[in-house]
Amino acid sequence: MADTALTTSSMSPAAEARAAPRPQVEIVPIRGLPIVAAVLVGLISAVATNRLWALDFFHVVGGGMWTAIDLFVGFIVGPILGRLSIPARMEFSARFMPKMLILMPTLVIVTLTAGWQLARHEGFILSTHTHHGWVVASMVIVGVMAVIALGLLEPANLAVLFELKKPQPNGELIGRLMKRFIYTAGITGAMQVATLVIMTRLATT
Amino acid sequence: MITEPQTPGSGDMSARRLPPVAQVAVASMALVIASGIYVAAHLPQGASLGPAAGLLCASGVLLLADIAVISRLRDFAWKVFFRVGGWALLAYGVIAGLLEFVFVFDHTRGSVLLVLTLSLLVFAIDIPLILAFSVARYQPVPAPGP
Repeated sequence: MADTALTTSSMSPAAEARAAPRPQVEIVPIRGLPIVAAVLVGLISAVATNRLWALDFFHVVGGGMWTAIDLFVGFIVGPILGRLSIPARMEFSARFMPKMLILMPTLVIVTLTAGWQLARHEGFILSTHTHHGWVVASMVIVGVMAVIALGLLEPANLAVLFELKKPQPNGELIGRLMKRFIYTAGITGAMQVATLVIMTRLATT
Repeated sequence: MITEPQTPGSGDMSARRLPPVAQVAVASMALVIASGIYVAAHLPQGASLGPAAGLLCASGVLLLADIAVISRLRDFAWKVFFRVGGWALLAYGVIAGLLEFVFVFDHTRGSVLLVLTLSLLVFAIDIPLILAFSVARYQPVPAPGP
């Protein structure tokens, strides 16, 4: 692995991309879709039955995974990825990005839907509630994260996958899009810290 | 008509100059999310819907303008655009449907439900548009037939 990086480091990004072994790219991992469907069915039944435990479970598990993945990708995986050679990035992306493509939207919808119902259940959404301000603050943070994730991060993720499927991927373009992915993942990771502060305040005060 | 600098069927697609379709769609999405947050922050009593409706209208106008601009594009990878857009529309349609179910289940009614439903509609079109355009812009344009 180190040898490959050394021998290709003097090449241009485009040449590196051409020289790289072609990873098999499956844009949407079909095998993951039944799991997504099962999670969504579970979420709908939790909402329909309005059971506090089920709503809490979906919100805590979904939110915990969402926050942890955002922080991990933004501050651990992202900087490492930025220092890898283009072929290594391509190989990593071909395996990593498709999973993120179905995992993150599922975690987001589960966390937000269950969180909304939970806030209703607990009365946090009432403007008269003492915690209402915190809930509105969390909505604003999630709104900003949604714009960044859906408007910048996910399109870059998808464009990289389609580029990787080409007979001759453009290494420079992949590098540029990956840079966008890494920066936006870092920003959403930082915003998740604010979410953690709000959620722990809501849970303890 | 908006023209592309590249010859169809060839060239580096990463250097194409295209109108800011994705940026406008992101602005539209930001406005509709702001509208949704405004409504959600005032539930269940419901404040004046004016600001939310204004944000929604602005978002809708941006979306329509975006669709008009993209429909005028020539030498564009339409096949990829519709393939990505179609699947994304299905996925985000399911998500929007789920949120709509939650609003109805929670007894949201009247003009508040109307604003939220229209917001979800704009949201569910904005994202597929962003995704489809962001992918298709880097795809080779098929050469015109004989």
